[in-house]
Amino acid sequence: MNDFIWIFVSALLVNNFTLSYFLGLCPFLGVSQRLDTAFRLGLANIFVMIITALCSYALNQWVLPFAPYLRLISFIIVIASAVQFVEMAMKKLSPDLFRKLGIFLPLITTNCAILGLALFSTNKGYGFWEGLVYALGAGGGVTLALVLMAGIREETRLLNIPKLVEGTALNLIIAGILSMAFMGFAGLFST
Amino acid sequence: MKSQESISKNSEEFLKGIWRENPVFVAVLGMCPALAVTNSAINGLAMGLATTFVLFFSSTLVSLFRSFIPKQVRITTFIVIIATFVTVVDMLLAAWVPDIHKELGAFIALIVVNCLILGRQEAFSSKNPVGYSMLDALGMSIGFTIALLSIGVIREILGNGSLFNIDLFGQNFEPWIIMILPPGGFLVLGFLLLCFNRVLNKKSS
Repeated sequence: MNDFIWIFVSALLVNNFTLSYFLGLCPFLGVSQRLDTAFRLGLANIFVMIITALCSYALNQWVLPFAPYLRLISFIIVIASAVQFVEMAMKKLSPDLFRKLGIFLPLITTNCAILGLALFSTNKGYGFWEGLVYALGAGGGVTLALVLMAGIREETRLLNIPKLVEGTALNLIIAGILSMAFMGFAGLFST
Repeated sequence: MKSQESISKNSEEFLKGIWRENPVFVAVLGMCPALAVTNSAINGLAMGLATTFVLFFSSTLVSLFRSFIPKQVRITTFIVIIATFVTVVDMLLAAWVPDIHKELGAFIALIVVNCLILGRQEAFSSKNPVGYSMLDALGMSIGFTIALLSIGVIREILGNGSLFNIDLFGQNFEPWIIMILPPGGFLVLGFLLLCFNRVLNKKSS
């Protein structure tokens, strides 16, 4: 049980996917103008990551021992098509949920955070439940980073910012400071 | 007259990736590798060269087959082509330079989802003849490598006091460790973008 908590907190805070592995930066910089959009994107991320954990477990278990060189290609294609199927099912079964998350799903599927999750949990040799907890933690971490970033950016809209700094440069500097704050979590478990 | 025109078009396709449409500083593409592996100059260079290899060969292949690839499944086709070359480069690096391969780790594999590569296939190679596509890919990847190298150089000098593992300042230098840690990546790229904006602004006004 302790192991699961450790994996979860590690992926959520200490080794945050966005702020310490630099994964999924495109949505982090691109879709973080508004708080509610960022939050929904985060939820969609958690959702896709869970599917990814299931797919990568299945592939690692049944396909890749026989053809290790197919790792990258199969991860990408299987994850992308699984997400596509779930999207279709969601559209049919729960149009409300689809309206909230749907538009983000294609955007996320080819995101480095998703492939990164599959690769990292394979490298770490996680089993089924560990992989699932890792996916939840990583997704939560991405959501947390997105929401924090969007919150700060909403505040900066009211400020008087020099034209030169506006845009990506400012966002990167904010992200740097956020990432510095997250480094404080590094000592969390070294008692 | 015609050959002169084609030479100027050639150099135009080649040069735009290095400065005017630089993938990292202007288009802000391929951020994940640009920040994740540039904690030293040599890692940045290795990542740049690996990306160059993948981008060049996938652009060539996509451009060669551009009239055979059905429009509906073009993205999937591009990704399969890119993933194939990434697998190749992953294995090559593991065989030739195992140390660097170990340090870059999963980020070699993550070249597949570098938006720069897919973006060039969609925006350029799938519409232009092979020659131009090769030039475009070369220019873009040289621009990308230069960007990675310059971020890596700054971070290594500030954070480690060395360049390509050669000590620069001697004993008395207190390294600015934060620069080789994740926050340093964000900050250095942020400030580089500021400088780039300033230069471009001056030029236009």
